Amino acid sequence: AEAAELRERLRSVKHSILVLSGKGGVGKSTFSALLAHGLAADETKQVALLDIDICGPSIPKMMGLEGEQVHQSGSGWSPVYVEENLGVMSVGFLLSSPDDAVIWRGPKKNGLIKQFLRDVDWGEIDYLIVDTPPGTSDEHLSIVQYLSATHIDGAVIITTPQEVSLQDVRKEINFCHKVKLPIIGVVENMSGFICPKCKNESQIFPPTTGGAEKMCQNLNVSLLGKVPLDPQIGKSCDKGQSFLSEAPESPATVSYRNIIQRIQEYCDQHHFHEEKII
Amino acid sequence: FLAERSNLAGVRHILLVLSGKGGVGKSTISMELALSLRHSGKKVGILDVDLCGPSIPRMFRVQDNDVHQCDSGWVPVFVDQDKSISLMSIGFLLEKPDDAVVWRGPKKNALIKQFVGDVAWGDLDFLIVDTPPGTSDEHISTVEALRPYKPLGAILVTTPQAVSVGDVRRELTFCKKTGLRVLGIVENMSGFVCPHCSECTNIFSKGGGEELARHAGVPFLGCVPLDPQLSQSLEEGRDFIQEFPKSSAFPALAHITQQILNGTSQRSS
Repeated sequence: AEAAELRERLRSVKHSILVLSGKGGVGKSTFSALLAHGLAADETKQVALLDIDICGPSIPKMMGLEGEQVHQSGSGWSPVYVEENLGVMSVGFLLSSPDDAVIWRGPKKNGLIKQFLRDVDWGEIDYLIVDTPPGTSDEHLSIVQYLSATHIDGAVIITTPQEVSLQDVRKEINFCHKVKLPIIGVVENMSGFICPKCKNESQIFPPTTGGAEKMCQNLNVSLLGKVPLDPQIGKSCDKGQSFLSEAPESPATVSYRNIIQRIQEYCDQHHFHEEKII
Repeated sequence: FLAERSNLAGVRHILLVLSGKGGVGKSTISMELALSLRHSGKKVGILDVDLCGPSIPRMFRVQDNDVHQCDSGWVPVFVDQDKSISLMSIGFLLEKPDDAVVWRGPKKNALIKQFVGDVAWGDLDFLIVDTPPGTSDEHISTVEALRPYKPLGAILVTTPQAVSVGDVRRELTFCKKTGLRVLGIVENMSGFVCPHCSECTNIFSKGGGEELARHAGVPFLGCVPLDPQLSQSLEEGRDFIQEFPKSSAFPALAHITQQILNGTSQRSS
């Protein structure tokens, strides 16, 4: 009965994309936010961004929605809207103070994630983007389980170039295989830094074992693109602005846009394929 | 219960390294602190309770080591001949390094209890506990299991930007609620000095960690800059403290260690 409830609620979701990484701090939330902005640039598309990082919800701040609260209506919880066609949900909206800590064990976190899917009145959505915390634990198992009520187009996996990150990301790729989650591809973030003064490049997070490129080759997954470090990215996130709009000329913006386009194409092919089957 | 008492009875100081935020450098700081303390003549253990993303073994280049049992429990892995640094991590228990540990909370809690109670550390000056990001099962279980042994406290690591500080504020609340003393905040990845022209760029902004310490009334332990030599050392399992004393991150790391040592001598007296 619960599964039927979820299926009913999620029937109107055309595409869902999970943003994952085994490693923390590689730019999942940053990427999720920019993917949401990128997809919502087409005003005919309805985009939903769901933040299931219960302990460290970064999305409200990055979307310029800090301090917003969730409202209830007859049809459920209302997402918080950044644009008319871009709605957001996060535990951040349920906390009354920035110092509030969510000190919950697994089962309670799972309960909230289910509520986010079941009780939020998303309406008809073209793209549901789910931002996740690092790891391969309760949140990840639960979201895959609950979203099996609809279908998941796939996962975008974020990494940085160094082996310390890649070793965790390989585990995440294994997790995806284990739970039969298709992998749309890998994004290598923080890929080099060009000094604004002398224009020389430094590898701050060195790809000592070949970076994401080599890992993708070895594991037979797509490398969607590499994004360089740009101090403006962090600034935009802190201000709650879209980096793509604030720094349209940045090489990082060019990379992000290419990656977003590839993801869109992947989803479109998927949709087409399903229509063919019917 | 008797066995548990004897395994941590020889440990003089227990120190947790926490952050609400992922990827800020908890494992890096844990490792560098251990190396610095070793250079000050201390015996150090690192307990890595990040079950999904255990970084510590590889940083010391011992990721292929196996763990053995003795009468009082698991024997920690020593990183070198003189046995001055020992480690325990789930990384040593995995059959293949790419194996994902896809466990829900209760199973994680059970292993953490074992890690805290069943590792035969012997005599240590410091046991550093490296944690995953967040305020969930691992953190609750670790603090509960360590409580009888009266930890020295916690070091909180952040990067300068508001998005990180936002999560670390919640971690401070966690410490308050669980009665864990905050030894101080470290602001990591604080500025990058270009090795070619020496221009400093604040890639991840600047000052957020210091400001948080001031706002929360906890000690500020210092800013550690982004240092490619440090990242390279971590990748290659090298002793950064010994090999790169002239590097940009070294003074900050040495200063953090000194403050910890000062803190412990105060506590003893």
